[in-house]
Amino acid sequence: MNQRSSLGKKLLAAPHLVWSALFIIAPLIMVVYYAFTDNTGAFTLENIAAIPRYTDTFVLSIWLGFLATVISLILAYPLAYFISQSKLPVQQTMIMLVMLPMWMNFLLRTYSWMTILEDNGIINTILTAIGLEPLRLINTRGAVVLGMVYDFLPYMILPIYSVMVKLDHSLVEACQDLGGNKWDVFSKVILPNSISGVVSGITMVFVPSVSTFYISQKLGGTSTQLIGDVIERQFMTANNYHLGAALSLVLMVLILICMAVMNHFSDGEIETGRISA
Amino acid sequence: MKTKKNILLKVYAALIFIFLYAPIAVLIVFSFNESSSTAQLSGFSLKWYQELFRDSATLSALQNTLVLAVLSSLISGVLGTVSAVGIDSMRNKRLRNMTKSVTNIPLMNPDIVTGISMMLLFVFAGRLLGQSGVLGFPTMLIAHITFCLPYVILSVLPKLRQIDPHLSEAAEDLGCTPLQAFFKVVLPAIMPGVVTGVMMAFTLSLDDFVVSYFVSGPASQTLPIRIFSMTKKRVTPDMYALSTLLFLAILILLILINFAQARGDKKEKKTASKKSSADY
Repeated sequence: MNQRSSLGKKLLAAPHLVWSALFIIAPLIMVVYYAFTDNTGAFTLENIAAIPRYTDTFVLSIWLGFLATVISLILAYPLAYFISQSKLPVQQTMIMLVMLPMWMNFLLRTYSWMTILEDNGIINTILTAIGLEPLRLINTRGAVVLGMVYDFLPYMILPIYSVMVKLDHSLVEACQDLGGNKWDVFSKVILPNSISGVVSGITMVFVPSVSTFYISQKLGGTSTQLIGDVIERQFMTANNYHLGAALSLVLMVLILICMAVMNHFSDGEIETGRISA
Repeated sequence: MKTKKNILLKVYAALIFIFLYAPIAVLIVFSFNESSSTAQLSGFSLKWYQELFRDSATLSALQNTLVLAVLSSLISGVLGTVSAVGIDSMRNKRLRNMTKSVTNIPLMNPDIVTGISMMLLFVFAGRLLGQSGVLGFPTMLIAHITFCLPYVILSVLPKLRQIDPHLSEAAEDLGCTPLQAFFKVVLPAIMPGVVTGVMMAFTLSLDDFVVSYFVSGPASQTLPIRIFSMTKKRVTPDMYALSTLLFLAILILLILINFAQARGDKKEKKTASKKSSADY
């Protein structure tokens, strides 16, 4: 009886498995198929052979994504710590304030930076009003990184906060009782115990930053082409699905490698964190 | 010493919040601007709001977005809950881990790859069926359900693991059919997880631009796609008006949710204290 009902239960996963096969696995197979075929459907390596032409674009995307991730981490970590140490009602309000911009469409949020940084935008209007030279802000790489940090910062703050808020305060006291100074408390208790939040934060900022095309289009102008822009163009204007698929395939593999490298490093640290706990 | 450090952290937190909210404040202030300048204030006016409400394309995009979000969150809610029960009952560890990794693919993949991979699938299937304009509302719905499903499954699974398995066995011993046992015992216990998952799915669907952008057709715009096509041209303040209205809607929603949660917590505390006093 029990056996049968558990078999019936197992069958409940069947629709999901079918759905995953149709709409997760099959699309990825399509990417591979398009990457290795030409317009007639014949096998070709031409699309893959064209990838090295975009090496600079890949390097720039990963570099700017990396910068945005590091800056977000530096900005988010102290704030997440501060929020986790506050009183409960204050904590809830601040977390709501962090989440609120996240719920607003990121296109509009990016768009507002455009109006702030424009050549005759708010910052430059203020600068000329007080008699200073206007600055070139929009259409620079700095503006793109700023847009990435702004759009994805909440995704760094929230996972770090949610780990820190669970931190057992008696660990800090234990470290102090054993003669640890403030640096010891940070490096031996707080940091190791928050690594898992940091890792998911890094993932949640790095992946969308590397693959963005909207932020670079709006804030980077024509001078800052990211790999997302190139892929988007293949599908929406150039209509070269095959090259677009090949570029996406490479992007996916590169991101997987970055994630694997990071997980490799963080796994060890999460382990030690648990042991010291 | 401690207070000094605290003040420093407080100033730091304030600066970050200013950074997060300054652009939103700019949008709100300039939505009431008389002229279409995006840098200089010239007087109070509501004309950009009037313009927004006269724009039928934006309004129909808003309708599409809401219908899509409701449908995809409800469908992924049901499908995700059912699947979570199935995955939870898998005893074969390898099969279970494999299912979980496949489920996580949309979470790990960049949105642009999810979008173009589905677009390629739909275009390819359309070609097999001899149809050219396959992209539209149904393809968007499929795509949204696909990226929402993992969030529902991941928020239901932990709740399922917390349930005492003997409970549904007891219900069945007392004469419930397995289906009745599910609805009377399991579902109420995992309901918080289901609700969280559906809410996450709803907001993700509402906010999604990248995936929709690739799998939508010309006749099925959503609000983010509409915003994208409007911001391609010169900046106009009716987009500011739209942002302001969206911001207010979200703010009110969040405050209501917080309020409801606070009341729920109070109730829980009350029943808990009643229980503990009854124990004494």
